[in-house]
Amino acid sequence: MELKSPPPVRRLLPGTTVTPLHGGSGQRPRPVTSNGTAQVAPAAAPAAAPAAAPAVAQVPAPSAVVLPLAPRRTPSATIERMRIENVTISYAGKPAVKDVSLPVRQGEVLAMIGPSGCGKTTLLRSLNRLTELTRTARLDGQISLDGTDIATLEPTELRRRVTMVFQQPNPFPMSVFENVAYVLRDQAKRRPNKASLRPAVESALARAGLLEEVKDNLDHPALRLSGGQQQRLCIARALAADPEVLLLDEPCSALDPQSTKVIEELIVKLRQEVAIVIVTHNLQQAHRVADHVAFMYLGELVEYATAPALFARPREQRTKEYISGAFG
Amino acid sequence: MSTSAPPAPTRKSAAGSSATWRLTDRIGLGFAWFVGLLFCAICAAIVIYLAVEGLQFLHLSDLWTNATSTNGGGFLTPEENTAIVVTIAMLIAVPVGVAIAVWLSEYNRPRLLARVVESTVEMLAGIPSVVLALFGVLLFELKALAFLSLTEPDGAVYGLSFLAAGSILGVLGLPYVVNPVREGLQSIPNHVREASYALGKSKAATIRRVLLPANRPSIITGSMLSAGHVIGDTAIILLLMGDTIVRYPVGHTPVLSLLRGTGDSMTSVIFDNAPTGDLNNAPKAYAMAFVLLLVVLALNIVVDVFGRRSKELRWS
Repeated sequence: MELKSPPPVRRLLPGTTVTPLHGGSGQRPRPVTSNGTAQVAPAAAPAAAPAAAPAVAQVPAPSAVVLPLAPRRTPSATIERMRIENVTISYAGKPAVKDVSLPVRQGEVLAMIGPSGCGKTTLLRSLNRLTELTRTARLDGQISLDGTDIATLEPTELRRRVTMVFQQPNPFPMSVFENVAYVLRDQAKRRPNKASLRPAVESALARAGLLEEVKDNLDHPALRLSGGQQQRLCIARALAADPEVLLLDEPCSALDPQSTKVIEELIVKLRQEVAIVIVTHNLQQAHRVADHVAFMYLGELVEYATAPALFARPREQRTKEYISGAFG
Repeated sequence: MSTSAPPAPTRKSAAGSSATWRLTDRIGLGFAWFVGLLFCAICAAIVIYLAVEGLQFLHLSDLWTNATSTNGGGFLTPEENTAIVVTIAMLIAVPVGVAIAVWLSEYNRPRLLARVVESTVEMLAGIPSVVLALFGVLLFELKALAFLSLTEPDGAVYGLSFLAAGSILGVLGLPYVVNPVREGLQSIPNHVREASYALGKSKAATIRRVLLPANRPSIITGSMLSAGHVIGDTAIILLLMGDTIVRYPVGHTPVLSLLRGTGDSMTSVIFDNAPTGDLNNAPKAYAMAFVLLLVVLALNIVVDVFGRRSKELRWS
C-alpha cells in the first residue's frame, strides 16, 4: 500500500452534495451510495443547557434527566454509511440479537444502550465481522457498507474501513509512533519507513487530540501512557486507517471522569469525519454524545429514536423503565 | 470502600497465634519450617563446598587459558566447546519451541493433533537425557547423516560430533522453551488480538507484530531456562560428542570441520575428573563445577530480570 498523506479534512457542510471522501491516489474506491440528498439530522435539544454544566456528573443518577456536558453543535448533514437489515445473531443456536434493523450514518453518533447481555456488543462486533472469531456464531440478515454486503468483503479490508476501539485501552507493546504506524503499513511489513510515515502518524494523533501531549515522546512505550491517553491512542490508531465507520465498545468504562470527558468531546467532534457507533451502559454518556439512540433489551431492538426524544419521551414501557433505573 | 470502614485487622489477629493451634498443626508448621531451612542449608553447603574446594585449584587465568597438562588448569577449550554446543542447541530449540508454542496457543487446530503435540512436549520434558542420547547415537550413525559427524575413511560412521550433540541437546531443551512462551502468549488478553484484527490485520501479522514482540520477555526467559538446562547435561555430551580431551576436527572446511568433529565440554570435564572418573583429579572437577555453577546462576538471574520486566508493562 502506498504512503498515505495526511487524511483529507472531511467536513460536510449543509447543502454540499456528497463527494467521495477519500481523495488522493492509491486509495481504494469507495462507492458512496447514500440517499443522495443529505438528510438533515434532528436537532439535539440544547434547550436550556447551562453553560457551566457540572464537569462530569458520574454519580449513578437514576433519573433520566441529564444535561449534556456543553451545548453542542447540531450535525449539519448525515450520510448513511452502514445499514443493518433484519440481523439475527446467534451463538450455538441461541440468539443474542434478534431481527435488528438500524442505519449507521456519518455526521452523527449512534449509541446502543441496554443492560448487560442485551446483545449490543454482539451487534457492534458484527459490523466489522469480529463475531466470526467465535466459531459458534451465526449471522442471518444483511449488513451493508456503502451499499456492499459486508459478507462479500475480505475481513481485513472491511476492518480497515470499519475500525474499532475496545473497552480496555489496549495499545500494542511498542512505541506510541509504532502503534499508529502499524496500522498505516500493510499487514506485517516494516515499510514504508518511519520518516515517511511521520506526517500521517502525527495527523492521526492530532485527530485524536493526543499529538500535543505526546509529540516529544513518540518513541516512548505506549503502555507508559496514562489510561486516558492510551485510549486516545487507540482512537488515533483506529482513525489512522481512515475508516468510514468507527466502532466504540464502552470506550470510557475503564477511565476516570476527566479522561472520559476528553474522549466524549472527541467523539462529538469526530462524528463529522466518520460515522460513529458507541456501545455504552452509561446513560448519561449516551445522552451527552449521541444523536440517535438504540435501546436494546434481550436481543431485541426496543426503541430507536433521536437522543433527546428517547430520553425525554420514550415510547416504549421498557425504555421508560430502563432509563428511569427500574432495571439495569 | 467507605471511609467509615474499621481499620484493617493486623495480620496476627487475622491468622490467630499459632500457640492456639492444635498440636498436629503446630507439628506440621514446625516441619514445614524445618524442611525449608534444611533445603536452604543443603544448597548453601553445595555452593560453599564447591567454592572452597574449587577456588583452591582455580586461578582466574584458567578461565581464558588452555590446559598445558592433563592434570593442570585451563578451561578455555571446554568452555568454548560448551558455548558452541549450547548455541547449536538453542538455534534449534528456540525457533522450533516458539513455533510450537505459537501453534498451540494461537491455532490449536485440529484439536486432536494439538493434544498429541502437547503431550509429546510434556513427555519430552520427562525423557531422561541418556535415553535421548542413545536415540541420537542410533540416528547419527545412519549413513545418510554421515556428513554431520565423525566418519572414518573406510566409511564407518561414529555419529560423534558437535552437531550431533547440539541437535539432541536442542530436543532436550525444547520443552523449556515451549512452556514459558505458551504461557506468555496465553497471558495476553484476547482483546489485544482483537484490536489488531479490528484494524484490518491478519492473524499472521498480529502474531508477528503484536504477539511475539509482546512476548519477548517470555521468549528470553524460555531460552535462558532451556540453556541453563542444556548446559548442565552430561549424558548427551558423553555419548554424542566423543568427550575427546582435544578437539578432533573432521575434514578441511574451516567451521564445518570443527562442528563435525569431537571434543569435550564443561560437564564432561567434571565427569572425567571426578574421583570416580577416568582422570580422578577431584580439585579440577570442583573448580570446573564451580565455574559451571556461576554460569547457571548468571542465566537464572537473567531469567529473573526478564520475568520481572515482563510484568512491568502490561494491559490492565
